[in-house]
Amino acid sequence: MAEGPAATTIAASSYEVDLGNLMAYDPSHHIAAASREELRQECLRKGTELAQALADALFALPPNEDRDGPIVHLSLPTVRLPREKHLPKPKPPTKWELFAKVKGITKRKKNKREWDEQTQSWKRTYGYDRVNDDKDIPIIEAKSTDEPGVDPFAQRRDEKKKRVEKQEKNRLENLKKAAKIGALPRLLSFTSKCCFPPPLYYECLFVSGRNLAELQLSNIFCMQSIQLAAKALPIIGTKADLPKKSRKEDLESVVGMASSATASGGKFDEKLPDEKPPKHPGKHRKFLPVAEGKGMGSLEKQQNDKILNSLLARNSDEPLDVGKASSRIQPLT
Amino acid sequence: MVAAIRVPKTQRARRELLKHAPKLVETSKKTLILHGTKTSAVLNSVLSDIYHLKRDNAVKYTKKNDNIRPFESGGESSLEFFSLKTDCSLIVYGSHSKKRPNNLILGRTYDHHIYDLVEVGVENYKSMESYVYDKKLAPKLGSKPFFAFIGEHFESAEELKHLKEVLLDLFRGEVVENLNLAGVDRIYVCTAISPTTVYMMHCALRLKRSGTSIPRMELVEVGPSMDLVVRRHRLPVESLKKEAMKTAEHAKKMKNVTKDPVQGKLGKVYMPDQQVGKLTLANDIKGLKRERREAKKNKDDSKKQKVNPE
Repeated sequence: MAEGPAATTIAASSYEVDLGNLMAYDPSHHIAAASREELRQECLRKGTELAQALADALFALPPNEDRDGPIVHLSLPTVRLPREKHLPKPKPPTKWELFAKVKGITKRKKNKREWDEQTQSWKRTYGYDRVNDDKDIPIIEAKSTDEPGVDPFAQRRDEKKKRVEKQEKNRLENLKKAAKIGALPRLLSFTSKCCFPPPLYYECLFVSGRNLAELQLSNIFCMQSIQLAAKALPIIGTKADLPKKSRKEDLESVVGMASSATASGGKFDEKLPDEKPPKHPGKHRKFLPVAEGKGMGSLEKQQNDKILNSLLARNSDEPLDVGKASSRIQPLT
Repeated sequence: MVAAIRVPKTQRARRELLKHAPKLVETSKKTLILHGTKTSAVLNSVLSDIYHLKRDNAVKYTKKNDNIRPFESGGESSLEFFSLKTDCSLIVYGSHSKKRPNNLILGRTYDHHIYDLVEVGVENYKSMESYVYDKKLAPKLGSKPFFAFIGEHFESAEELKHLKEVLLDLFRGEVVENLNLAGVDRIYVCTAISPTTVYMMHCALRLKRSGTSIPRMELVEVGPSMDLVVRRHRLPVESLKKEAMKTAEHAKKMKNVTKDPVQGKLGKVYMPDQQVGKLTLANDIKGLKRERREAKKNKDDSKKQKVNPE
């Protein structure tokens, strides 16, 4: 800490001045005052002294005159405070960048417009109405190697589609690599381990498209939550065969089912930090109150009536339930 | 095609994400102000005052949050989630209970995980509205404050040392290189009146004309004043602390390299002393032969000695 003796005021006290933080600290003992008001006055007085010391230090710095006022350049703060986020990690070079480095390929600037010979006009290099568009080719001459039934236009379209898919796959691979080392900005839904209880949370990643079936994505973002590797889509099968993304309610019911495996019904199971207590704690049967009133109470009567009625209805010889039948009478018109 | 990695599709979303991304040199920290299930009138006033002091870079939640228990192992997940969502690294959580009345928990996060916590109780609180002063002196929003810490307890007591650091972090504002001297208008005066209590005041600064070029300082009490009694605190884990205190590495200075305007880049190469006189001559064939013969003879002798005892 920079020692800045307050030469203008009391020479004995030395304050620790941190100009970067505009902070002054007086480590000498502060006498406790008798009443609140005295304390307040004492603190104000001391505060004024320290503020004066700071002002002395600040105004001693060489100022740059600006129209708003004198601007001084502050030194770095001596009291270091912790960062709020980790140091940014540089993005790893992409597959293309590595290749270009090896081959010595440098970037070249492309013009936004190029001369199109076919239409004799200036056209965009990319986007709508671009220069060498695949769609604009009117005639493709047949080569000797061509088979008779093959459509060359469809072939060109398929090749382009494959190229686009391959590029997309490579782009995702690059992003995955960057995310693995933590170079991508943190995305909300996949990174916080605090959203979901760790072992119960697993990401079901839908990866569709036969080209991406080989991708096994595991442990990309989540630091501590356990993740099951994405199951690749089967080569045959429909959407219905896909494992459905589990809902929170399903997971909670699974926990309930698992807890029934223990003798005490999961009551003493070690709970995870984020796990909520079970929703139906133990009670699965409703018992009538022991003492309800004199003799048979109405609740007990209702219970007995219900049982008797269902028994009698099952064993009765009458096929017709008059009550039900009467409610279903419809006037013949 | 739903990929596992969500990359923003619009430029606006991309810009928002970049704002939240970690930077090499960090400037201001955002504050999140929220409260638990039960608050008192005093605590409500405290929270709203802190929000007004830090209006530009603070977020205040109005609803109550009932599953936040920062000092328990599982109870901080909500705080971390809010910190992630609002991109706030300072948290002010207020709660009121019989055991801990007017409780204020000041917390910091690192990478959206709880770094450290200080639990203080607020006593003898006087709100901003209760002060009467000349409105022209009112400190402007966003101005960089002075700090005055008084008392030896800030050095001797662990809790007060921690509280000092947290208060500095909370109220310091943006870290700037250049400061406009005309714009200094507030000061936080924190006095350690006991090893566990800090009396905090917020005053406006008045620069009065004095004989020299340095103005005379005058303090006018404007803002909230309260006694902060430290109840509990949690210091950061050592490994996390080491990581959080890392600074951006500056480019290493290259030694022995100078740039000459005429000749370009010049380097100095220092050769170690070769000691030519002590070098062995490689082509002394006779000497080598003799040495080899003698070495072989010595080896055979030693081998015969080994074989004989057997």
